[in-house]
Amino acid sequence: MSFGARLGAVVAGVIVLAIILLSFERPPILSTQVGYRGTGMVQVARPPAVARLEAANQAPEPLAAVPAVGPRAGQVYQNVRVLGDLSVGEFTRLMAAITSWVAPTEGPNAGCAYCHVGNNFADENIYTKVVARRMLQMNRAINETWASHVGQTGVTCYTCHRGNQVPQNTWARNDGPNPHNLNTINAVRGQNQASPVPAWSSLPFDPFTPFLSANAMDIRMASRTSRPGTNPSSTMDAEWTYGLMMHFSSALGVNCTYCHNTQNFQAWGPPARATAWHGIRMVRDINVTYLDPLQPVFAGPGVPPGRVGAQHGDVLKVNCATCHQGAAKPLLGAPMLQQYPELNRVSLN
Amino acid sequence: MAEYQNIFTRVQVHPPVAYPGVPVSAAVEALGRGGKPWFNNLIGKIGDAQIGPIYLGFTGVASILCGLIAFEIIGLNMLAQVNWNIVQFVRQLFWLSLDPPGPQWGLRFAPLNQGGWWIVAGFFLTASILLWWIRTYKRALQLGMGTHVAWAFASAIWLYLVLGFIRPVLMGSWSEAVPFGIFPHLDWTAAFSLRYGNLFYNPFHALSIVFLYGSTLLFAMHGATILAASRYGAEREIEQTVDRGTAAERCAIFWRWTMGFNATMESIHRWAWWFAVLTPLTGGIGILLTGTVVDNWYLWAVKHQFAPAYINVYPDFAIPDQPPFPMTGATR
Repeated sequence: MSFGARLGAVVAGVIVLAIILLSFERPPILSTQVGYRGTGMVQVARPPAVARLEAANQAPEPLAAVPAVGPRAGQVYQNVRVLGDLSVGEFTRLMAAITSWVAPTEGPNAGCAYCHVGNNFADENIYTKVVARRMLQMNRAINETWASHVGQTGVTCYTCHRGNQVPQNTWARNDGPNPHNLNTINAVRGQNQASPVPAWSSLPFDPFTPFLSANAMDIRMASRTSRPGTNPSSTMDAEWTYGLMMHFSSALGVNCTYCHNTQNFQAWGPPARATAWHGIRMVRDINVTYLDPLQPVFAGPGVPPGRVGAQHGDVLKVNCATCHQGAAKPLLGAPMLQQYPELNRVSLN
Repeated sequence: MAEYQNIFTRVQVHPPVAYPGVPVSAAVEALGRGGKPWFNNLIGKIGDAQIGPIYLGFTGVASILCGLIAFEIIGLNMLAQVNWNIVQFVRQLFWLSLDPPGPQWGLRFAPLNQGGWWIVAGFFLTASILLWWIRTYKRALQLGMGTHVAWAFASAIWLYLVLGFIRPVLMGSWSEAVPFGIFPHLDWTAAFSLRYGNLFYNPFHALSIVFLYGSTLLFAMHGATILAASRYGAEREIEQTVDRGTAAERCAIFWRWTMGFNATMESIHRWAWWFAVLTPLTGGIGILLTGTVVDNWYLWAVKHQFAPAYINVYPDFAIPDQPPFPMTGATR
């Protein structure tokens, strides 16, 4: 073999090795059967990834509980509208907890100052206070109205915020990177751009707008009859559904078989699909009832950039990843709400 | 003949004068066979070392022209998607696509930026392919050959036409056709299977897979057999159909002993041709029936005892209400 051929073989070998090492995940792969034998109904996991997920989803230590006795916060403090029913001790504890959940950092616009004006905590002239009040009401509504999805575990501010002022996983309407040009030559109609939303496939990169916001469309498109005539969905509709499902999958860190019997997607198999069905409706309710109406607040004066969608100025909305953040159960099912029952005493009026 | 034991072609024919090809009609000669033939050693590693003379004729030129137009339309549409940015074009090439019109356009000619370009590109690509088919047919006749290659090619064209033309017409919508794009056509395939209840339960899809994998198996078996017995003259395959030499006998007995049955020097080529032809032929039938006759292949397969209805292993839970399908698609 000539020198050139040897060199070529070595270079080719290095390239192939690099591709193998960089493209594939290292064993072991743990496979858990979740359905009838022999049907490929399995969930797969890698121990290092599981360890990383567990490390990233630890609930914070709860603050020491305080008695519910004593004067009410609404009697002691001014302008306490939704938490007035709490005792002063409970109120102070909850405020401290929310600070650590939402704005824990030091600085002029962090800590208490993130939602309160300097020396007058009763002042309304700060948009974050208006938002926070509505979010407290939303939190209780989720726990009470959507037990079909959140069960008895419930949610707290931390479920989404995790120490961030704006939850890390949100979405806004997205026309793609080149919307103007697309309208003149080739209207892409929301797909065929590299995007993490549909797991880097060419599927629609904003499946949230049609399925998870106002006037949401039915997600299901597979036929429930063997013969045609009952289902007007097209293959293109299926691509939108598929794009959304790729988001579900990556948001929950599961594959299709977590909710579906994959030989027959339209049939009801694993019970998790019913939980997800209610979750879809919960997300729509959150976006339409609580977040959309806050758009004027987020678009108003004194709001830092990045609090509304870049293309349409719409409010940042939630999807599965907002709470789940890669885990099938947010915070791996840690029952944080039990430590903060005050959250379910928020006044909804 | 130890040369044949290598996985690459070791024997190259470099005659003193390039083979000009058989005499052709005056009309063909008038159009011209172009190019002085030359030899390429690297090409000779995988095929015949001689390149040229080239003859395209009317159908060849027209086919390449139509193909080029389709290629340009698709490429420029992809380039427009990334705002004429060459770097992004290269980076995202596999994601970019020229999609057919949406369901709201039915079989009408959509505006160019709404899928109209897809119709134009599809027309020219189809014209190009059909013209090339005519070329393969006419060249075969002109060379005094049978038309086996043309009919095998026609089988592939059948699948192409079913996917992009016949089925969309039967479904009443161009939106049911395949997009022009690398990842997009793969995602389309997956979405198609999801919409129509799992194509793996389509028996014609199953047949197509049998013939596809069967083709590769037969190809490997045949290539291996002939190379292995080439030291005995096995490459004179067709001659040995009627005049079985020691190579043919050895090949036959090898398979009779390992498999219990053997093809002949003639029949193996019939096997290979039919397996190859039946792959897109059966696949095309399967696609044609999808959505037109069968809307959910799994339910169809269970109904006709083609697939089992598996035991439900899950605990009882309240299944949410299932409203009838609303009209979808038009507003996206």
